[in-house]
Amino acid sequence: MSRDHDHETVTGGATSPLAARVRAMEALLIEKGVVTEAEIQDNVAYMDSRSPANGARLVARAWTDDGFKTRLLADGRAAAIEFGIDAVASPDLVVVENTPHVHNLIVCTLCSCYPRNVLGRPPDWYKSFEYRSRAVREPRAVMREFGFEPPEVTRVAVHDSTADVRYMVLPMRPPGTEEMD
Amino acid sequence: MARFAPGDPVRVRPGAKPGHVRTPDYLKGKPGRVEVVLGAYPNPEDLAYGLSGEPGRVLYKVGFRQDTLWPDYEGPSDERLYADVYEHWLEPGGEI
Repeated sequence: MSRDHDHETVTGGATSPLAARVRAMEALLIEKGVVTEAEIQDNVAYMDSRSPANGARLVARAWTDDGFKTRLLADGRAAAIEFGIDAVASPDLVVVENTPHVHNLIVCTLCSCYPRNVLGRPPDWYKSFEYRSRAVREPRAVMREFGFEPPEVTRVAVHDSTADVRYMVLPMRPPGTEEMD
Repeated sequence: MARFAPGDPVRVRPGAKPGHVRTPDYLKGKPGRVEVVLGAYPNPEDLAYGLSGEPGRVLYKVGFRQDTLWPDYEGPSDERLYADVYEHWLEPGGEI
């Protein structure tokens, strides 16, 4: 899937019409005083400092600390802040838990809503028209292409983050890691 | 105050509204059930045009049976899709 939806396909390269449009809008917004160059740079730097590693650390903590897991599932943003992640500016973050009976899949069909304040920018495939339309229409086929076939007893739950809440999945702890801390 | 409570059957209003909306077309007219009352948020359909978004609109996490959305859905009949829908896009629904 990633081969067909690389960066160029979704966002275009630096010389693409889309990039030219973004540069034109940026220049206009600065000229009209809506934003400053410094604000844009600050925002880029903030986003660059986010990473999926934040998610991995939150997940690992939840696997090893039941109290933290409870707080993470109750209020993802508050738990991320407690953990030391600068997520104050984040929209509300709901963490959904995978279990033997439920496997969660997150999508934003309307645009590309994603817990950016925690995980950074979404991967380009997440923003592709193909993922956004197929994840709701045929989630099991999409998962197979990612190499995952849900067990018989597992139900697939798709979450379309259409509005003001961002979603993140808490995966199941892999077998054989019980002794790890 | 929230008009609907968890467990309530609802239906997404059919039809179009000009401008920016946060309710995807594939849910229009579909029956579902309120799972969670997420709280009130400034109305994004007004925020998009530089308005205040006030008064806020109550947002619900609504669950839909996948086989009511897609007649040829591949998967068990009790699988669900969840989407966040603002109150003004919902009306009371029948049993599903």
